[in-house]
Amino acid sequence: MTAPLLSVRDLRTWFHTSSGIARAVDGVSFDVMPHETVGVVGESGCGKSVTSLSILRLIDRPGTIEPGSVIEFEGRNLMALPEKEMRKIRGNRISMIFQEPMTSLNPVFTVGDQVAEVARVHSGASKREAWERAVEMLTTVGMPAASERAKEYPHQLSGGLRQRVMIAMALMMDPALLIADEPTTALDVTIQAQILELLAEMQERIGMSILLITHDLGVIAESATRVLVMYAGQVVEEAPVSELFAAPHHPYTEGLLAAMPRVGAERERLAVIPGSVPPPTNWPSGCRFHDRCPFAWERCATEPPPLYRIGERHVSRCHLADEPERRAEPHEPLAATRA
Amino acid sequence: MSRVVAWALCAAITVVICAWLDRAGRRASTDTGPWRRALARFHRNRAAVVALWMVLAACVVAALAPWLVPYSPTATPDIVALKNLSPSSAHLLGTDFASRDVFSRLLYGARVSLSIAMLAIILSATVGTLYGAAAGYYGGRVDAVMMRIIDAALSIPRILLLITLLVLWGTVPMAALVLVLGFTGWFGVSRLVRAEVLSLKERDMVVAARALGARDRDIILRHILPNVLSPVVVAATLGIANVIIIEAGLSYLGIGVRPPVPSWGNMIQDGVSQMATVWWVSLFPGLAIVATVMAFNIIGDGLRDALDPRQLDG
Repeated sequence: MTAPLLSVRDLRTWFHTSSGIARAVDGVSFDVMPHETVGVVGESGCGKSVTSLSILRLIDRPGTIEPGSVIEFEGRNLMALPEKEMRKIRGNRISMIFQEPMTSLNPVFTVGDQVAEVARVHSGASKREAWERAVEMLTTVGMPAASERAKEYPHQLSGGLRQRVMIAMALMMDPALLIADEPTTALDVTIQAQILELLAEMQERIGMSILLITHDLGVIAESATRVLVMYAGQVVEEAPVSELFAAPHHPYTEGLLAAMPRVGAERERLAVIPGSVPPPTNWPSGCRFHDRCPFAWERCATEPPPLYRIGERHVSRCHLADEPERRAEPHEPLAATRA
Repeated sequence: MSRVVAWALCAAITVVICAWLDRAGRRASTDTGPWRRALARFHRNRAAVVALWMVLAACVVAALAPWLVPYSPTATPDIVALKNLSPSSAHLLGTDFASRDVFSRLLYGARVSLSIAMLAIILSATVGTLYGAAAGYYGGRVDAVMMRIIDAALSIPRILLLITLLVLWGTVPMAALVLVLGFTGWFGVSRLVRAEVLSLKERDMVVAARALGARDRDIILRHILPNVLSPVVVAATLGIANVIIIEAGLSYLGIGVRPPVPSWGNMIQDGVSQMATVWWVSLFPGLAIVATVMAFNIIGDGLRDALDPRQLDG
């Protein structure tokens, strides 16, 4: 088996705020193999974005990546790198694209200039050379009439084209890993598909891995090979995509899948998971999902479940793995009865 | 004869600059870069454009003053026979108590007042922007200390501070006046810039730039400063009006620009003792101050509308 490209071990990113310690990411471990697309799903506030920013060490005070967290990339522990070395990795070996391409681009520069800037920062290319490479890159990501449109400003482009510009910036240096944080959330459905297709195409061409962060299981199904489900700062389930969709184990994953609209399904109300994500300053004791879980029993309220191995590449943070007979007796979750 | 040529040249320069600006304004469509869009919006604001023409004309006249004036601004040809002459064809705006030509002094006064105000504003806008940007960008304790210093500085009334400094200085060279006005005027700008930077650095574009490997320097120069430039430009334009008034006040009190060098402020002082009879000595510099200050304020308001950062984004 080849070595993983990225290996995150026991990542804990905590925010030391005046109202207590917010443990936004609390002991997350996972691997990303070369050329692989790993999806990360979860509701807002589950820590998926903080995880991605932590990998690039872009966490500002009051947030800190707690000692003991390990982020190993291409064999180097990023946590031990000086800031100067880290900067050479950002945008070069690991790149990131964001949800809102409008606010991620600088309104006062042309898009070509912004793409070129990445080459200038990382390879010290001359202005002219960088511009030529930028136009080339914009063509590669499917910008029509790139040499003309490179001279336009972000507000002159459509949302889909802006995201293509972001992708051009991120892939300028042929990174080994692309972190895509909700790359299609702000886009129309038809454009979403085009952008996902573009990402797959670019992955083929560059041979990079993608860490795809989204709350949209549809996007995961389309693009990822393996999925991490996050809840309350932890990974609660990890499985290959097909296995996760066919046989979810964790009740939270089941809930997410049930809450997904499906074409052709009988017209009924979409299932919802009762309650909401608890505040990160005060995670519930025991299993962090227990008060929203239809199977929870006494053990769940007191004993935090470990990650149980339930298949060759399938783990789940749920005591049901230990006591599967409990699945026969669903009940109203605590959060629903309280409301 | 050469004076006529100089005036013609002066008019020609002003017209050329204004025509050039007008053409640029008409050409700049709203569907282009943010600065050109701002220019197009400014161009549609006729009051601001006219005010800008006025200021440009004043600047050109001030710059060419030595070739335009009929008399030396400091010469006192006959302090008995030629003093306090009322406006006539020989002395367009009359003469003052020392037989000096008011019109000539007014033009030289424009030179002094405008250049002091502009240099002082450039100084305070630069210092204020750098200070505010540093405080906002580094944040935390650095920001807290830097802002407490500003709070302390702002708790001293500026006019008292200026009077104290200038009186202690004794004879004040013009450069010193610029320094004193500049270094007492940047606190407001730095607060403005700091607030702007605080919100800018949380924007996605800054996170995105960092995620792509940008250094602090790139982020400050490319992402922060160009985006705080517009409030600074507005504040500086309005600030010029303020500095003109302050300089006039200090010169009126006799501690700004010292006689015999004319400034609009000390010219008013020259005429104030006999305002009822020799009204022209004080009136014309007074009108010059009012017109210039109003023009700068109108331009400032126009720039504020044209450079609204929300529209910059859109």
